[in-house]
Amino acid sequence: MAVALTPGQSPAAAEDKPRVIVAPVAFGDKIFRGILRSAGLAVFLITGLILVFLVFRATTALQAMGFGFFTTSTWFISTNQFGIAAILPLGIIAALFALVIAVPVGIATAIFISEYAPPRLRRALIALMDLMAAVPSIIVALFAVFFLMPRILGFDAWLSHHMAFIPFFVFRLANYPSEYANATFIASVAVSLLVIPIVASLSRQVFSQAPQGEREAAYALGSTRWGMIKTVVLPYGRSGMIGASMLGLGRALGETIVMSFILNPSFIFNYHVLESGGNSITVMIANHFFVAGAKEISALMAGGLVLFVMTLIVNTFAAMIINRSRSGATASAD
Amino acid sequence: MLTQGSQPAAPAEDVPRKIATPDSAAYLAAETKVRIAQVTPEGAATVTGAVLGALGLVWVLYERVLPFSGVLGFWVMWYVVFLLMYAAMARMQWDAREVSHKVALVAFTTGGILSVSIVLGQVLFVVARGLHAALHLNMWTQSMAFASPLSPLSVGGVLHAIIGTLEQIGLGTLFSVPLGLLAATFLAEVGGKLARPTRTIVEAMTALPDVIAGLFIYALFILTLGMQKSGLAASLALAITMMPIVARASEVVIRLVPGTLREASYALGSSQWRTVLNVVLPTARAGLATAVVLAMARGIGETAPVLVVSGVTKEFNFNPLSGPQVSLPLYIWEYAHIEAVNATIVTRAFGGAVALIVVVMLLFALARKLGGAAPGELTKRQRRRLARGARA
Repeated sequence: MAVALTPGQSPAAAEDKPRVIVAPVAFGDKIFRGILRSAGLAVFLITGLILVFLVFRATTALQAMGFGFFTTSTWFISTNQFGIAAILPLGIIAALFALVIAVPVGIATAIFISEYAPPRLRRALIALMDLMAAVPSIIVALFAVFFLMPRILGFDAWLSHHMAFIPFFVFRLANYPSEYANATFIASVAVSLLVIPIVASLSRQVFSQAPQGEREAAYALGSTRWGMIKTVVLPYGRSGMIGASMLGLGRALGETIVMSFILNPSFIFNYHVLESGGNSITVMIANHFFVAGAKEISALMAGGLVLFVMTLIVNTFAAMIINRSRSGATASAD
Repeated sequence: MLTQGSQPAAPAEDVPRKIATPDSAAYLAAETKVRIAQVTPEGAATVTGAVLGALGLVWVLYERVLPFSGVLGFWVMWYVVFLLMYAAMARMQWDAREVSHKVALVAFTTGGILSVSIVLGQVLFVVARGLHAALHLNMWTQSMAFASPLSPLSVGGVLHAIIGTLEQIGLGTLFSVPLGLLAATFLAEVGGKLARPTRTIVEAMTALPDVIAGLFIYALFILTLGMQKSGLAASLALAITMMPIVARASEVVIRLVPGTLREASYALGSSQWRTVLNVVLPTARAGLATAVVLAMARGIGETAPVLVVSGVTKEFNFNPLSGPQVSLPLYIWEYAHIEAVNATIVTRAFGGAVALIVVVMLLFALARKLGGAAPGELTKRQRRRLARGARA
């Protein structure tokens, strides 16, 4: 219904002000929002509780060792000579190597799915990526130990003979297959199988949101498909790729089962990844928890606490980068 | 596009008006879609040449000239030589931009195929190794209570672990889904200052080390509250790993519900909680079901949290509230890692892995079936019902 303006009203209309609308929130809605908000708070509460209880249970070990927990390499519980000085960096090296393999493959897969795959296959490929993310780590562990490990030893030997100018690939043990087995490098390859789907599916989501107009603009300027990807899709998805890689790092740092299947735990820090050995906090927890006494459990809790804080920081930064790069409103369901 | 030979068709009520009738050769020539051939003889020959050339060169280098060995190394080297050869051969025929395009196409396609074949390879390898055990009927009907490490495969099975897995994942779903859904609804429907940090924490928790969930439940329920190791503790640990997955996937689905539906509901005078319960959530039902089932598929394969809190047994334990209760991942862990004293035991572990893969695949197929529909898209049955209603 049109409201006719009388001539007298027109000067008032010149100084229009936005009307302040106060919508009274219904009583039911207040309760409803309260419930939902408390669910949001519960997420913080759980994270906080994890931290509190790990700190609480780690005090015995941390009091016994003090700062020495971070500077001791050995793991002798009864004589108070235990710490994570070797275990923690060994785990970090394994995770970083896994990332070195997983990030290029994951991003290549994401580009393949979002840019190169025929549209008919795209849906099936996305489903397959989801399936890959749902393959249990214990299945990957079986695959790695019984299929991958016997077949990768020759490649390890090749790396050590011809790539030794990279310090990580220097090999100081006797040139026998058994000296190459159970090494950090093999664990990294296996863990990368678990990280690839995380990197691939998150980067694919970001790539698929690259603006259509700019893609067409690149083509209109005579670009090839690769030129378009290089100038539109990759720059658009940069922060998404960084975030995805960091989330992958968090996953790799926390991987337990694959690492403990493959590694032959050692307590000396060693960055020569081809040599048999390697360790991580998660491996210590998985291998020792069953047989641990009260004090060792406390030591393992302290290790878990360090791991938790580390991955929480890495993951939170990753999540912040990802959330900045995409508004949730346009995220796709898969 | 009108051509000379076309005649305007008489507008009929039930036939859509035709702009031109396809009765002239000129029309056909103008309207036939030009298909740019994706595969040219030159292109195909170049790829084939690079594949075979690289194979030959690497074979000579790898097997005859240099002292290398190992299957994996051979194929890695082959791939690198293949890409280089392909680039060189392409450069002889095309200009630099075309070459970079072609090389990128080949590299990304092979990368994609590699990833896909890794997934299929893992699953097929495990199934092939475990088939021998899985074909014994007793594997699906017995526990390991009467089997010693030296028993043949015709004694003992994984049924106790299947029962444990189903009970633990059921309870874990029961604990994690309500909280996850509420958190997702909060993020998508209420928002506000709290939403952003909550979303960040949820995202961070999806990649949290799974063993930490086990340690937390151990510290809270077993050390502090004095409970036993049990299936319930395992399901609580699973719930902690599943909750963020449910929340994150559900939030995305709820956001896909069109805003016009919400506005229509508000315009009819309903309150926010009515709108969410009667309009938003039912519309997103299919996607929410997918989110839940995906989280279940993830949770079912978790070994590390269960390892710390559930305990191991060889016997049936139907009661998750007391006593150790083994699950499929833990069964595999036990027989492939801890007690792997002989080949038969390892085959048992692979049999357990087949059972695990079957369960995960079933859940996954269910998720895809449920999630096939976009929010608000009707199923066949719903569409039939609507049509019946319209006719009546």
